Amino acid sequence: MNEAPALIETRALVKAYDLLVVLRKLDLHIQRGEFVALLGPNGSGKSTLLKLLSGLTHPTSGTILIGGWELPGEAAAVRSQIGMVSHKTLLYENLTARENLQFFARLYNLANSNERIDALLKQVGLSKRGDSLVRTFSRGMQQRLSIARALLHAPDVLFFDEPYTGLDPDAATTLDDLLIQAQRDGHTIIMTTHELERAARLASRVLILSRGTVGYDAPASNLTASQLAAAYADLTHVAVGS
Amino acid sequence: MNAAQNIQSQAVPAKGASGFAAWPPLLRILTIATLIAILIGLYMGLGYAGTDVEQGDVQRIFYIHMPVFFGAFIAFGATVVGGIQYLRTRKPKWDTLALAGAEVGLALGLLNVVTGAIWARPIWNTWWTWDPRLTSAAIMCLTYAAYLMLRNGIENPEQRRRFAAVYGILAIVTVIMTLVVIRIRPDTIHPAVIGPSAQNAQGTFELEATRGVGAALGMNFPVWALLVPITLMWHRIRLQNRVDQVEAMKAEVLNQ
Amino acid sequence: MKTPFWQAVFAIARKDLRAELRSRELVNTMGLFALLSVLIFSFALELDRAARQESISGVLWVTVVFASFLGLNRSLAMERDQGNIDALLLAPIHRNAIFAGKLLGNFLFTLVVGLVLLPVMSLLYNMPLIQPWILVILLLGIAGFATVGTLLATMTVQTRARESLLPIVMLPVALPVLLAVVRSSTAVLNNAPIDDWIAWPQILIVVDVVYLTVCFLLFEYVIES
Repeated sequence: MNEAPALIETRALVKAYDLLVVLRKLDLHIQRGEFVALLGPNGSGKSTLLKLLSGLTHPTSGTILIGGWELPGEAAAVRSQIGMVSHKTLLYENLTARENLQFFARLYNLANSNERIDALLKQVGLSKRGDSLVRTFSRGMQQRLSIARALLHAPDVLFFDEPYTGLDPDAATTLDDLLIQAQRDGHTIIMTTHELERAARLASRVLILSRGTVGYDAPASNLTASQLAAAYADLTHVAVGS
Repeated sequence: MNAAQNIQSQAVPAKGASGFAAWPPLLRILTIATLIAILIGLYMGLGYAGTDVEQGDVQRIFYIHMPVFFGAFIAFGATVVGGIQYLRTRKPKWDTLALAGAEVGLALGLLNVVTGAIWARPIWNTWWTWDPRLTSAAIMCLTYAAYLMLRNGIENPEQRRRFAAVYGILAIVTVIMTLVVIRIRPDTIHPAVIGPSAQNAQGTFELEATRGVGAALGMNFPVWALLVPITLMWHRIRLQNRVDQVEAMKAEVLNQ
Repeated sequence: MKTPFWQAVFAIARKDLRAELRSRELVNTMGLFALLSVLIFSFALELDRAARQESISGVLWVTVVFASFLGLNRSLAMERDQGNIDALLLAPIHRNAIFAGKLLGNFLFTLVVGLVLLPVMSLLYNMPLIQPWILVILLLGIAGFATVGTLLATMTVQTRARESLLPIVMLPVALPVLLAVVRSSTAVLNNAPIDDWIAWPQILIVVDVVYLTVCFLLFEYVIES
């Protein structure tokens, strides 16, 4: 459809854990500014794909390009362009929110980090709790702080790995808003999730992984949750039946 | 559905491939040669060589005790080589070599400790003493038991191979310790075979004093230090390849 | 593009120290364990003066090593539990900066325990443990333990057996360090002439350098996922 160079591109991407093939020749083009929801049953390779795209694990074969840089060879260049939010917090519980962010600011070699940290804490609604220990935070607050952590170095690409896991409805709604905000700010987002309704509502494009390949790929603009659920059931049913 | 057929069709040649006839010719020759050499070595040690004047017949255990340590050394060396090569190339076959080395080395190391204890009973009047070399040899064996435990504790096969490679490389430290401890801890009572023994070494003997000792050692050394570890490791690698084949078939079913 | 190596190292070590100053989990557990261990040894061994002289360095070092297991496991479990190791790997830093940073933290925590033990044991065992050479040996020995310990704990916290595996895999590999520190500190406490034992601290330095090099080379292989 679009011929502009993709921000994230994979060609014939294969990942096998020993003999168990998780991804089979995956071709993916994601443009700048897209918000891609990545769906699929457990074991379909969603998390593995995010790990590959973030350089945490190496492909068995095939090519990954992020902003024109190749993984894993040019990982150093890619790392400062990506931010990761996972269902684990990636935070230190015995440090305060601010200390956590200061630590990562040092790792990313950011100048003037204090102003940036203040702005981010405000953005995720934690200004008043900046000097509290992370372990006193609720799950929802920890998740918001993780997002601030991921945004810290202003990456182009944000990966969200099952971010709704363990969130109560209020916290999930707050996360919705933060995701919408992040997309408006120009971040390209890839999110794995099991929540079909949220995927249809928030994302600009929906991918369903099934048996290691893209089984479904459609823009989400006109997609209703029930249509998506039908497509999902269709694909996963086929996968189970064979 | 056709997974089962697949397995059967693969199982048929695999079935024929077991047993002596299917071994690679070189392995057949090596195995027979090792068995014969062990027998000759036993004859040389138990029959041909004269009886040690001071120690009597128990000294004959030395013909296995000492060479078998170097056999373990060779096998543990294979673990280091396999580990380094695995980290460089990521080819699972190198990890198989490392695993074979650790298991064979552990077996030979235990044989070394046990034969030593049997010898020590009449000579030092105790099965076991907290001599630096004995302790260090026992720790060496425990290290490789820990290596096997570490492997067991990791489910992800790729991670298991990686960690095993790292630990296999570090573990050689205890083997080197056992070799050099006799030189740096002068209070050992263990006799040194090469070079002068420590002053308080008990139960040392002269290679030249008794007829045939040199010849018996000359025969047994290459058998236990080279032939036995290499043959055992080769068989262990083949066994592991067979296990991997089964795993591959399982994975094929799962991937379908 | 990459963050300077030492900046990352100090950031990681500083983060560990700050978290520790706040919670005091590590130093409290390690310190309490070390005190108990020293008391129990003296109780169990019922040492007279001569026996104390012979065994005090053994007691000191076994206590330091076992206390360091507690610290190492906590320090690396902290990186595992909330997936932080992924966050470190995602940052634009050299892999070995992670190793050096964690090593520095672990070294300092164990050193604190060692430094507390010296006066306490001097009192309890009535031996002059606070001597320049003992301090040198303490520094070198703990550096060796922390080096292999940081590498091995990074591995073992990722296994199924988790914390329980560290002592088993670490003790044998730490053996050369243990041998050298026990020998040299026993000699120092017996007022042996320096020529008799100076080889031991020298061996210790060699072992430390070898371990540091090997662990630096191997670390990247224990943190890939």
